[in-house]
Amino acid sequence: MKGAHWRNVFLTSYLVFALLPIYWMVNMSFRTNEDILSSFSFFPKHFTWANYAVIFTDPAWYSGYINSLIYVAINMVISVTVALPAAYAFSRYRFLGDRHVFFWLLTNRMTPPAIFLLPFFQLYSTVGLMDTHLAVALAHLVFNVPLAVWILEGFMSGIPREIDETAYIDGYTFPRFFLKIFLPLIKAGIGVTAFFCFMFSWVELLLARTLTSVNAKPIVATMTRTVSASGMDWAVLAAAGVLTIVPGAIVIWFVRHYIAKGFAMGRV
Amino acid sequence: MIKPVNQKAWWLVLPVVICVAFSAILPLMTVVNYSVQDIISPERRVFVGTEWFVSVLRDEELHSAMVRQLVYSFAVLAVEVPLGIALALAMPAAGWRASATLVLVALSLLIPWNVVGTIWQIFGRSDIGLLGAALQAIGLEYSYTGNPTHAWLTVLAMDVWHWTPLVALLCYAGLRAIPDAFYQAAQIDGASRLAVFRYIQLPKLRGVLMIAVLLRFMDSFMIYTEPFVLTGGGPGNATTFLSQYLTQKAVGQFDLGPAAAFSLIYFLIILLFCFVLYNWMQRVGTHSTGTAASDAGERGAV
Repeated sequence: MKGAHWRNVFLTSYLVFALLPIYWMVNMSFRTNEDILSSFSFFPKHFTWANYAVIFTDPAWYSGYINSLIYVAINMVISVTVALPAAYAFSRYRFLGDRHVFFWLLTNRMTPPAIFLLPFFQLYSTVGLMDTHLAVALAHLVFNVPLAVWILEGFMSGIPREIDETAYIDGYTFPRFFLKIFLPLIKAGIGVTAFFCFMFSWVELLLARTLTSVNAKPIVATMTRTVSASGMDWAVLAAAGVLTIVPGAIVIWFVRHYIAKGFAMGRV
Repeated sequence: MIKPVNQKAWWLVLPVVICVAFSAILPLMTVVNYSVQDIISPERRVFVGTEWFVSVLRDEELHSAMVRQLVYSFAVLAVEVPLGIALALAMPAAGWRASATLVLVALSLLIPWNVVGTIWQIFGRSDIGLLGAALQAIGLEYSYTGNPTHAWLTVLAMDVWHWTPLVALLCYAGLRAIPDAFYQAAQIDGASRLAVFRYIQLPKLRGVLMIAVLLRFMDSFMIYTEPFVLTGGGPGNATTFLSQYLTQKAVGQFDLGPAAAFSLIYFLIILLFCFVLYNWMQRVGTHSTGTAASDAGERGAV
C-alpha cells in the first residue's frame, strides 16, 4: 500500500496549503485591527466577537448576504433549467449551425465582464430593472448559461446513446425519458454545474455592483465599505469574508453526493 | 459514433439562445460602435474608422503587458492542470472522508475575489503574515511589495491556491463518472496503475479537462481583482496584466474609443487562443480513445 501512503501525504499537504490562508482569515476575524497590525500571532490573543457583531447587527451588512443569496439562487435555477435541454441537444444531435452556436455560447464566457458594464446599465435603466435582484440574476446568465451548457454537455456525452435508444424502444416519451432516466444518470454533472453557477455568480463583483444601489446591493459590494479614509478595516472584512464562505460550503455539502457517487451505469 | 441529424433539436437550444442573446449581442454591438468613434461628448461623436485599433496595436506598453499576460496564463495552466488532476486522483472516492475533502478543497473558490487579494496581502506580509514570516524565517528576503519576482510568484501562488480546486473538482466528478466495468476490464487485462491512468482515466477525462483548461486559460487571461488588490500592478509594472491596463485606459483616462478597440482586440486574442486550444485538445483526445482497454470497458458496460 505504498501508493496509498503517498497519496495521503500529497492530499494532506495540499489541504494544509489550501487551508492556511483561510485559517489566517478566520484568525484575523477574531482579532482587533490594532492587534492584527501590531503583532504576529497564530491565535487571537484578545479574542473578540465584535467584528461579527458589527455584521449581524447592521442591516446594511446582513441584507447584503440576503440580496446576494436571492439573485444567485434565481440565476442558478434559470441557468441549469435552460442549459439541460440545450446540452442534451448538443450532445445527441447534429443540426443546422450546431458547432457555431456552441462556440458562440462559449465566446460569451470569454468576454471580460467590463465590456458588458455600460451597455447593461443602459439596457436595464430603460426597462426599469435597475437595483432589482432579477437584473443581476439576468446579467449573470451571460457567463453562467454557456458554462452550464458546456459542463453538462461534457457529462451527457459520456453516457452511451444506447441508453436513449433502449428507452425509446421501451416506449418512453422524450420528457419522461429525460426526467426519469437521463437526469438521474448525470446527477454528478448537475451537481457540479449548480455549484459552479452558484460560485461564479456569488463572487462576481463588477456587474453586481454596477446594477444595484440600495435594494439589491450584494455582499461583495457592501464589503468595499471596509476601505475608508481612516484606513482599512481588516478585522471586519475578514469576518465578512468568513461568512461569505458559509453559504457556498452548504451548497457543496448538498451536492457532494451527486459529485461523489457519479453515475451507476451497471445498475440501470 | 456519428450523431444523427435532427433539426428539431433546435427547439431544445432555443431557450439558451434567447437568454444569452438578450444580454450579449446588444452590449457587443455597443462596444463595436464605440471602437470606431471619437466620443468627445454624448452628442458629439466623430467616426474615426480603424484609428483606435492602429494606435492600440502600436502601443509599446500593451506589447509588454501582453507578453506578461501570456507568460502568466501559461504558468497558471502548467501548474494548476497537473496539480488538479493529481489532487482529483488522490481524493477519496467514497465515505465521509470524500465529503469532507470535497468541501475543504472547494472552500477557496467561494471567497469573493477582492477578499482573496486582501487575505494574501496580510498573509504575505513578513511582519504579521504567516507566509511572509515563514519565508523570512528560512532566510529569504521575501517582500511582495518590493521585489518584482516575489510579487509575480505571490500572484501565481495565490492563483494556484484559489483556482486549482476548480480543475480538481471537475476532474474528480469526471473520474466518478467512469463506470466500474472499465476498471474491471483493465484488471482482467492486468493493466498497471499507469496504464489505467493513460488509457482509461485520461481519455475519459478529456471532456472535463477541456473545460478546465479553457476556463482557467480565459479566466487567468482576464484576471483583474486579485492582483489589483494584492500588488496594485507593481512593483513597477511586474504584475500589471491586460485587464488592469485596459481599466487604466478606460476608467483612468476616459478614453472610451481606444478602450473599446482594446476590448475587442483583447476579446479576439482570447477567442483565438481558445479556438486553437479547443481544436488541439479535441484532436489529441480522438487519437487516444478507441484503445483496446476502453473498447473492452464499453462492451462490458453495455
